[in-house]
Amino acid sequence: MASAVGVLVLALLINLNYVQVVKGDSYRNNPGNRRVILTEYSTPRGQIIVQGNPIAESQATNDELKYVRVYPQGPVYAPVTGFYSLVYGKPYGLEHAEDGVLGGTDNRLFGSRLGDILTGRDAKGGSVVTTLNAAAQQAAYTAMAKQKGAVVAMDPTTGAILAAVSLPSYDPSLLSSHDTAAITTYWKSLNPDDPSSPLINRAFTQTYAPGSVMKVITSAAALKDGVKIDEQIPAPNSYWPLGGSGACPKAGGAACIQNFDGETCDNGTTASMALAFAKSCNTAFAQLGVEKIGGNALGAEAKAFGLTGDSRSVPVPVSASTIGSQSDLTDKAALAQTSIGQRDVRITPVQGAMIAAAVANGGTSMKPYLVDQERAPDLSVLTKTEPEQLGQVLDATLDQQLEQMMVGVVQNGTGTAAQITAADAAKNPSLKGVTVGGKTGTADTGVYVNGVQTPPHAWFVGFAVQNGVAKIAVAVIVENGGVNGNETTGGLAAAPIAKSVIEAYLGSAK
Amino acid sequence: MSAPTPEVATRRNTELALLIFAVVIVVAAEGAVEGARNGRVSSHLVLYGSVPLAAGLIAHVVVRRVAAYADPFLLPIVVLLNGLGLVMIHRLDLGLAQQAKEGIGDSAQAEAPTQMVWTAVGLALFLAIIMIVRDHRVLRRYAYTLALVGLFLLVLPIVLPARFSEVNGARIWIRVAGFSIQPGEFAKILLTIFAASYLVDKRDVLSLAGRRVFGIDFPRGRDLGPLVAAWVICIGVLVGGHDLGTSLMFFGLFVVLLYIATERFSWVIVGAVLFVAGAYATYQLFGTVQTRVSVWIDLFSAAHNDDGYQLRQSLFGLGTGGLFGTGLGAGHPELVPLPATDYIISSFGEELGLFGLVALLVIYVLFIARGFAAALAVRDSFGKLLAAGLSFLIGLQLFVVVAGVSRLLPETGLTTPFLSYGGSSLIANYALLALLLRVSDSARRPGATSRPATADADVQTPSETTAVIGS
Repeated sequence: MASAVGVLVLALLINLNYVQVVKGDSYRNNPGNRRVILTEYSTPRGQIIVQGNPIAESQATNDELKYVRVYPQGPVYAPVTGFYSLVYGKPYGLEHAEDGVLGGTDNRLFGSRLGDILTGRDAKGGSVVTTLNAAAQQAAYTAMAKQKGAVVAMDPTTGAILAAVSLPSYDPSLLSSHDTAAITTYWKSLNPDDPSSPLINRAFTQTYAPGSVMKVITSAAALKDGVKIDEQIPAPNSYWPLGGSGACPKAGGAACIQNFDGETCDNGTTASMALAFAKSCNTAFAQLGVEKIGGNALGAEAKAFGLTGDSRSVPVPVSASTIGSQSDLTDKAALAQTSIGQRDVRITPVQGAMIAAAVANGGTSMKPYLVDQERAPDLSVLTKTEPEQLGQVLDATLDQQLEQMMVGVVQNGTGTAAQITAADAAKNPSLKGVTVGGKTGTADTGVYVNGVQTPPHAWFVGFAVQNGVAKIAVAVIVENGGVNGNETTGGLAAAPIAKSVIEAYLGSAK
Repeated sequence: MSAPTPEVATRRNTELALLIFAVVIVVAAEGAVEGARNGRVSSHLVLYGSVPLAAGLIAHVVVRRVAAYADPFLLPIVVLLNGLGLVMIHRLDLGLAQQAKEGIGDSAQAEAPTQMVWTAVGLALFLAIIMIVRDHRVLRRYAYTLALVGLFLLVLPIVLPARFSEVNGARIWIRVAGFSIQPGEFAKILLTIFAASYLVDKRDVLSLAGRRVFGIDFPRGRDLGPLVAAWVICIGVLVGGHDLGTSLMFFGLFVVLLYIATERFSWVIVGAVLFVAGAYATYQLFGTVQTRVSVWIDLFSAAHNDDGYQLRQSLFGLGTGGLFGTGLGAGHPELVPLPATDYIISSFGEELGLFGLVALLVIYVLFIARGFAAALAVRDSFGKLLAAGLSFLIGLQLFVVVAGVSRLLPETGLTTPFLSYGGSSLIANYALLALLLRVSDSARRPGATSRPATADADVQTPSETTAVIGS
């Protein structure tokens, strides 16, 4: 009898070992196990901080889940924070990327957790200090108004991201409440499966054809190749990379590049590179790319600027920017299009800002980063991000010429709407000595509605230099902000937004 | 009657020391609960320390007087289990009240104070039995009466209208004037007494007559009567009351007692065959049994989203507890429906982990081992069968419960002896303790053999029975 009882107890022990140890983790983390969420929600998650103020923080509640996550300026910072939802988890933004620190589960916080246990203090998460500038972020959000698109600003000398806005936006607080029904309703209203959903992070993960913004890279490669900025380069009304002559056929389909709306660039045959750049002449840069620079050099230059085909982590993920496949660089017809930012070239707004930043920073490209410091719950600094160089896109002398070309675009080219004039500086002393440079772009969407292409996306990437010091680089994309075939309208839509961000940022710096 | 020989120690002081040790553990557990819930200890600590202390001391003093040679481990173990049960029930009260405050679930009435009342009632029954029944052999005289009462209790909920007897689909209750009694808990003890007595009478014929098949002696067909009768009763309980647990326990108990009494393994084989046949038949015939089995097998399939919820939550609790548990008061055992009754084991598993649960099981094993030790030591066959049967009852019930909440077997819906919330279970198990103490007292009492034998004292064949219990 005793052995029979022994066998029964042994069976229980083996099974309990199986349930509690072997399957323990799987049961512990099973989605149906509310304990995980209850435990996670029972400690205050750390703050996400912009210039000393929280943009995400946990507030005590009276319900079963002891803390609720709130985002004081939710929609403005949504692409940076992401959300923290009972129903949909924390898949985006810093809530995802810095989950270990914010939730207090990071191994570096082990000592602090242990201390909490021993002293009976309530455990809590660490905080994350972002590099964002509140004035720049708010200005970008306000200036975008109801338009779709994104703004990214960064400090050219460090790579610190100063603003990252994506529109349309959503309110992460509404996804982070404790009311699951309301969360689900709100989530559905955001059309999560729609490619234009507000949940899409246009600043970090959406890629766009750069259009004429690409000409910054093409120009850099040309300068390296020995082309001078005042050198007259071929700028015909139409360019046939595979050979041919005459105007490009209206119906398209031929390997033929023309200027926007078939405009003439300068005298119709040649133009100085600076002028072709300021007026954004397609034929000039397509021909430069195909006949002067070549695919390999252009590809290498694009890579130096950051179009590596690899995604980055800031630590919020940033999608890969790419110049396209090898055939886009070897095939002449394709290379002609690639040289002017069409074909398969795709960049994120972060990459757009990196292009302008590298030019403003004497040709040195800086690694973008969004997190300045990770802090333990006791506010001691766990990590502080040190600026990191990615490489040299151009040597300083040539870069100065490229910078000058970009200033020309804002002074008397397609980007005059970004100009900070003497009158502006008179009104606002913090704008004294500021020079803005940039490049507009108009990128075909390739989306046709009723046989007509939707209005192109309007780009502006630029920088502000104050008294010789690079202050800020900005990339703005306004989806469908341009008018088909008209480069200037793109500049008109995007450049003023960049100007607002520059003014707000410089105005905030004391 | 001769005076107690001085060299046989009563070991009552051991019992007292163990009692105090048990109460210290209970107080520490309650302290841990309060510390985890409120960050400080309150006056509750005194209450949860003094209830088991008082119950233990009162029982101890009486045992000193009327059962001085009783086993010194049994009472402290029961006080420990009862005390830990109270602490866990209190802890679950806190968790459920918190949930209710947060608008999840209904506001439930605190169960710990009620369980204290049940403890007192259980103690009273314990005292009554141990004081009135001065010699367990007396019970044999009333064996048939007790059997009738037991059967009556067992059948009563089935024949009563459902509104008096049905709770959560199982008709095993009698609900009168706000009280609910689970008569099966009492019936199990009465029927154990009867079975022990009956088998002592009939063991010769059951163990000797038979025919040999494949080298094993099988009983004659006409001797199968008692076993078949027990089987029919169990099937009846299962069919009428939808109570898988009770019927499984009764049948297991009867087969085991048959085996102990006769020493014939063939009874176990016959019992197993009958069990399988009964299980198969009821599975085929009754939807409730099919559902239980289906939930057990396909617990995580969407089809069992609702009816598998409880068992899934139990597994999640056990898994979350892992090796060391979340700590008393720091987990969420209240997420499992019925955490204080059927699922108190998973509540312990979550907060004390595998280590704590194994420790609990070891405490039960110790209790059962002491029961078996008494069965081995006592000199009369009825006492042997009674002590072994009662100990095995605790073991079987524990096995069925732990196997159920940890998905080793389909759920049966039994309570965990001494730990679970519930008056019937607690009171009945206190009665069981009294009987075990009585047998163990008789086993160690010096000069007991020289007592005048009662009229129905059996022919002594202690060696055989002893061998089966000890094997």
